[in-house]
Amino acid sequence: MKRTFLGEFEEVVLLVLAACADDAYGVVIWEQLQQQTGRSITISAVHATLYRLEEKGYLSSQLGGATSERGGRRKRFFALTALGSKALLEIQAMRQQLWEAIPNGKLQLIGQ
Amino acid sequence: MLTNKEWIEPPMPRPPHWADRLLDRFVAPHRREDLQGDLQEIFLKRVTQVGLTQARREYGWAVLHYLTPFFYKRQTNKYPNPSTTDMLQNYLKIAIRNLTKNQVYSAINIGGLAVGMAVAMLIGLWVYDEFSFNQYHPNYDRIAQVMQHATSNGKVESQVANPAVMGPELRAKYGSNFKYVVQASWPGSYVLSVGDNHVSKEGIYFEPDGPAMLGLRMRQGTYAGLKDPYSIMLSESVAKSLFGNQNPMGKTLKVGRKYEVKVTGVYEDLPYNTSFRKVSVIMPWALWLIDNPWVKTMKKPWGSNFSQTYAQVADHVAMEDASTRIKNVKLDNLSKEEARYKWVAFLHPMRKWELYGEFKNGMNTGGQIKYVWMFGIIGVFVLILACINFMNLATARSEKRAKEVGIRKAVGSVRSQLVNQFFAESYLVVFLAFLVAVLLVLLLLPPFNEVADKKIEFLWNKPQFWFICLAFIGITGLVAGSYPAFYLSSFQPLSVLKGTFRVGKWAAVPRQALVVVQFTVSIVLIIGTIVVYQQIQHAKNRPIGYNRNGLVNLGVEKEIKEHFEAFRAELKEAGAIEEMAASSSPLTGVWNTNGGFDWAGKDPNLGVDFPNSNVTYEWGKTVGWKVKEGRDFSREFATDSSAFIINEAMKQFLPFKNPVGKILKWENKPYTIIGVVSDIMAESPFYPVRPSLYHIDSDTPWNMTIRLKAAKSPSQSIAVLEQIWRKYVPNVPFQYEFVDQQYGSKFKAEERIGTLSAYFAVLAIFISCLGIFGMASFIAEQRTKEIGIRKVLGASVMNLWQLLTKDFALLVLVACVIATPIAYYYLTDWLKGYDYRVDISWWVFVVAAIGALGITLLTVSYQSIKAALLNPVRSLRSE
Repeated sequence: MKRTFLGEFEEVVLLVLAACADDAYGVVIWEQLQQQTGRSITISAVHATLYRLEEKGYLSSQLGGATSERGGRRKRFFALTALGSKALLEIQAMRQQLWEAIPNGKLQLIGQ
Repeated sequence: MLTNKEWIEPPMPRPPHWADRLLDRFVAPHRREDLQGDLQEIFLKRVTQVGLTQARREYGWAVLHYLTPFFYKRQTNKYPNPSTTDMLQNYLKIAIRNLTKNQVYSAINIGGLAVGMAVAMLIGLWVYDEFSFNQYHPNYDRIAQVMQHATSNGKVESQVANPAVMGPELRAKYGSNFKYVVQASWPGSYVLSVGDNHVSKEGIYFEPDGPAMLGLRMRQGTYAGLKDPYSIMLSESVAKSLFGNQNPMGKTLKVGRKYEVKVTGVYEDLPYNTSFRKVSVIMPWALWLIDNPWVKTMKKPWGSNFSQTYAQVADHVAMEDASTRIKNVKLDNLSKEEARYKWVAFLHPMRKWELYGEFKNGMNTGGQIKYVWMFGIIGVFVLILACINFMNLATARSEKRAKEVGIRKAVGSVRSQLVNQFFAESYLVVFLAFLVAVLLVLLLLPPFNEVADKKIEFLWNKPQFWFICLAFIGITGLVAGSYPAFYLSSFQPLSVLKGTFRVGKWAAVPRQALVVVQFTVSIVLIIGTIVVYQQIQHAKNRPIGYNRNGLVNLGVEKEIKEHFEAFRAELKEAGAIEEMAASSSPLTGVWNTNGGFDWAGKDPNLGVDFPNSNVTYEWGKTVGWKVKEGRDFSREFATDSSAFIINEAMKQFLPFKNPVGKILKWENKPYTIIGVVSDIMAESPFYPVRPSLYHIDSDTPWNMTIRLKAAKSPSQSIAVLEQIWRKYVPNVPFQYEFVDQQYGSKFKAEERIGTLSAYFAVLAIFISCLGIFGMASFIAEQRTKEIGIRKVLGASVMNLWQLLTKDFALLVLVACVIATPIAYYYLTDWLKGYDYRVDISWWVFVVAAIGALGITLLTVSYQSIKAALLNPVRSLRSE
């Protein structure tokens, strides 16, 4: 199986992006991430990850319009690419497989 | 990036300024905008949530997180800037194309730089050789020669000769200061024989510690080889010439004809840049004492200086301290009467022997070091001259290349790329020049060694040498390339391409200044060469007080000494010689001086010491001295055995108006002065002749001087001489020297300086001329159209020649004006070192100026006449 390598944080970022209803850009993704995961995350980590994912081809980006609250700077909207969606689906499928492979009762023991 | 100021006008709260600046500077441009927008958005939100101060703090903190390599200048452009290494290939390709396209220009550039580098490298090797003198000896820093200052005739003189008891006394009384003290003989040549195989080699007698002190590298045997008086240590090459491939250890050989000695050691040949380079045989001091029994029976062992003393100071003792401690070693052993000379012993450290070997009035006045400095400076200057050429030619061509620069800039080159390109070009030239220079040095080393009397080798295996070369290439490339790189790359593309580009009125000034510097150096060197030559000629033409033509100098062997009169009679009978005589000092040197003189009216506290030669009766007739007053020695006067003949300098020194007939006491014995003769130049031709005396004594003549018959060819006479010599002394090689050759060798050091400075002057001129040749050609090219128009309007070739050469001639004249005082100052300083010297006359400067001007005009004329002769139809047709 051809593997797609995604770090845990990258995966979460991708998922957050996928879950976004509106156009997603840095600040939105950052806020969503903190809400969904309950972790405190620096904005720079989000930016680094977004750019890296873009370089890997999982994301595409587009510059939007400028607004005054941003000091005249444009927003960069990120969108999942086909490769990105495929990667997420593959990861999900793999996880599913593994979940199903867990023998009955084992998880409860470990869980308690 | 704050591209549009109106967006952030007052109502908005602002994030900290420093943080924004940092971000601007640090984050790659293609990421900056949205990233900063996000930050700003968050900031504004936080201001409403937690207040301005907290928001600003958070903003700053967030920005600091961006300072990671990830954000720093990472480009994901579609059209990435080519990396420097990729472009380097391109730069080199263009540089090579440029070089091959303008072959004359490239040849001038590379050739000039190569010559300059070669000169600098040669001088560098020479300076290195001088500084590494004697470093072969591992104890180099702790070895010294024991020397003495003595005040005689009112002056402090420094000498290396010591009494034979000096060594033992130092060991006995000052032993704790020294690791080794070694009494030694003067080096001399000795005949070594194994069977019928005779060789004559330079040898020295050492006390047993000698080899250990010098740290000889033993091939066979040990340092203890001189313990037995009848032993000998040989250098490898001597051992080979005597015994071939046999093992020499334990074999016996004969020194002279008297002593059978056993080989107890073989050591590696000493390199050429050591003080003992000629010594290839070492014998025990004990054997010398056996050979010279008079030393042991001397009545006043401290009264006579005839051997050398070397010492190695102990590891914990400073050389200076040891030197001060031993200062009275001789004085303590002298009677009050003898103490008048105020003997002061001191240590002259080995590291100073070569470069600081001169003493004047008791002070060390340097020596060779001044030439090391002089040539070092010349080397640097010649290199600078070569670099100047490079810069000058490049800027002269700048107008031609301005268009190229303009196009490159218009197409999108940034300035740093242009700078890189010019540097690549300069480094290519420098590197090629370096290769040529190394070749030149390899080629020139043998003749250079000849002139400089050295055996310098190219330092292939010294990493320091290559490191210096690398630095050398680096600096030269940088210096030579910097001006074109920064000057040319600063051109504005628009004005260049529109054609409105003009090199400013003052653009030529630095170029002209550099030409002036070049010619100043060249002219100083020319003047220097002329003055050094004059000084040598001046000394050579000095009256020598005897007739040196056809005079031959020979050593005296025991057999000759015993049958001196018979030998003389036989030679005269054979018709080979005019006359012969023997003396204690040769004509071209002073081998002994004596004190103990007294005369009526002498200041009792004055210590006096004069060259005093024993001669045989025919001495005067043989050498052809001129008797000024009184008469020559004669066999007809029995009283001549206690008579002195003095020279004119002595007459001046003595208080008598008419010295002939006056009594001079020597060791309390009265001698009558019977004659005054012309001063004989025995020592340096650059210093005054010392007051000297001659007396008759056939006991210790060490030299024979023979006047060959003028009518016969010298080679015939020498052949007869050798034949008769063989009859008396069959076993010793016949070795003779012409006196005029011996005399000529007194000028070697000065002649060496003269030859070297002449070479350097020629090279400096050559490099300077290359430079103006190149410049003239560019100027002529630049002004082709102007020349064409002038021609059409009726200018003659002469007019045009004047137009083009005038500027250069003016520059050279300015250089002359600058060079004259500089040369005058340094040469006066140099001449001060000689008592017998020329005055620098004004015409030297005129000759140098005319010479430089003439060479310049010749160089420039070729280009300017070529330009002037060009058909104007051709040069004007293009528009």
